[in-house]
Amino acid sequence: MATKLLKRPKLTFGEKIYLPAIAKGLIITLGHAVRTFLQINAKKPKFTMEYPEEKWDAQLPDYYRGAPALVTDEHGRERCVSCQLCEFICPPRAITITPGELPKDDAFAKVEKAPREFKIDMIRCIYCGMCEEVCPEQAIFLRKDYAITGTSRAEMVHDKTRLYEIGGIRTGLVNKWNDLK
Amino acid sequence: MDWLSFTLITTLIKIVGLCFVAILGLVSYTVYAERRVSAIIQDRVGPNRVGLPLTLLGFKKDVSFLGLFQPLADGIKFILKEDFTPAHVKKFYFWLAPALCLVPALLTCAVLPFGSSITIPWNGSERTIPLVIANLNVGPLFVFAIASLGVYGIVLAGWSSNSKYPFFGSVRSTSQMISYEISLGLSLVPVLLVMGELNLVTISQQQSEHGWNLLPYSLRDGFDLNRWLLLIPLGLAFVTFVIAMFAETNRLPFDLPECETELVGGYHTEYSSMKFALFFMGEYAAMIVGSGITVTLFLGGWSLPLGLDNYLPKGTVWVGLLHTAVFFSKLIAFLIFFIWVRWTLPRFRYDQLMRLGWIWMFEICLANVLLTAGILWYIS
Repeated sequence: MATKLLKRPKLTFGEKIYLPAIAKGLIITLGHAVRTFLQINAKKPKFTMEYPEEKWDAQLPDYYRGAPALVTDEHGRERCVSCQLCEFICPPRAITITPGELPKDDAFAKVEKAPREFKIDMIRCIYCGMCEEVCPEQAIFLRKDYAITGTSRAEMVHDKTRLYEIGGIRTGLVNKWNDLK
Repeated sequence: MDWLSFTLITTLIKIVGLCFVAILGLVSYTVYAERRVSAIIQDRVGPNRVGLPLTLLGFKKDVSFLGLFQPLADGIKFILKEDFTPAHVKKFYFWLAPALCLVPALLTCAVLPFGSSITIPWNGSERTIPLVIANLNVGPLFVFAIASLGVYGIVLAGWSSNSKYPFFGSVRSTSQMISYEISLGLSLVPVLLVMGELNLVTISQQQSEHGWNLLPYSLRDGFDLNRWLLLIPLGLAFVTFVIAMFAETNRLPFDLPECETELVGGYHTEYSSMKFALFFMGEYAAMIVGSGITVTLFLGGWSLPLGLDNYLPKGTVWVGLLHTAVFFSKLIAFLIFFIWVRWTLPRFRYDQLMRLGWIWMFEICLANVLLTAGILWYIS
């Protein structure tokens, strides 16, 4: 390996006694302080967004990974067929699925399944998006909700109703069992 | 007996007022100021929320008062936190150390003259209360003697914690304090030579009559070239004293005893809850007392600039209170300077610190003493 010899810079007397540099630094920080102080006084801090009052939601990118949620298709049918792939891929094992049958009178009772219970523990979830990636039915998506709060552990577990509530309806994409295909 | 009880009562009021109301109140608001000032220096906003939680009582909006209730919230948090004592510590010294850190800092404020004097009628006669807790003839020496006890708190904390990072922190702190105590003491000698006095009350009094040490001009005395000549060593003494003061109080750029990147938290790594808060308060109280000493010795203590006090009636209550206000405003300005420096300068490397202390500061202070003596001899 080639060795590169660096020359130490020759310091002038002014640089050696260090005090002028300190004064310069103090002036720079004072400039920042005064500028920011004036901005705060004018209620318009340049870089700060006062969180609960102002939010960045409008600027969130499309690929933002927030809370995972289940979606229904345009016919109001749940897309999830409880194949449990997301449960298996989930790195922190946040997803628990209890597979079940569709009700007997359903038109697709013979051909498809649906989860009886679908739980995502939001304390465990790491928002990696692997469930969305692995889902063959495009039934689970990461939405833009990021303020997931609760006062107990039980409250932080999203069940099926809550998941569908967050997810809503998603049209297009895979249309497996309808005539449009 | 009457005189005794009068002295006792006024002294008690002064002790409670200065130590527990003024200094401790100032400590909590210095912490708040530290956070706000550091925030604006770094283009942030800082804590501006804590106020009256009116929404809890059913009102529409909270009142935040610029977050001025933050220290209160911090205090409550410290009290409510779990006070965890690790199993491997030496219990007695572990409990002793935080107190040893705070008490010397609060003790030193006894000699700080925080105002001129107040004359009030008492049992038919006029009595004068000097606005200082203890009018000692050895002011600065007392401060040094007590303030250097503060290092015991840090050493004991590091040693009794029985783990390596606190130990490193306390060892660093010891050597740093010993190195800088020398320049701290020596940098004061020029002031004492010029004033010919060790009593902080008299020093403040002289500065109020003849102008501050760093602004040697008073309207009554007029211009005096000799005093402006003395400004050279006094200015140098001021710079060295302030640098040594920064090192003594473990403030950045000399905060090696607790530098987070290397030592986790330094000497107070193992402490939690109110014990940690005591270290914190001790550090800030030392800072306040240090600023008080600097203000008293170099910036005229409680006096107005340009010898304006000569034209004010002496001893009236209002003038006494005005002087107290002047003293505390100078103190607060100096504290803001402390904070400003902290958020400007990076930390020294350890060998640089020792080099600066022993090779530069020590020699400069020694030379400054000789320079002052020479100038004084030349003047006389």
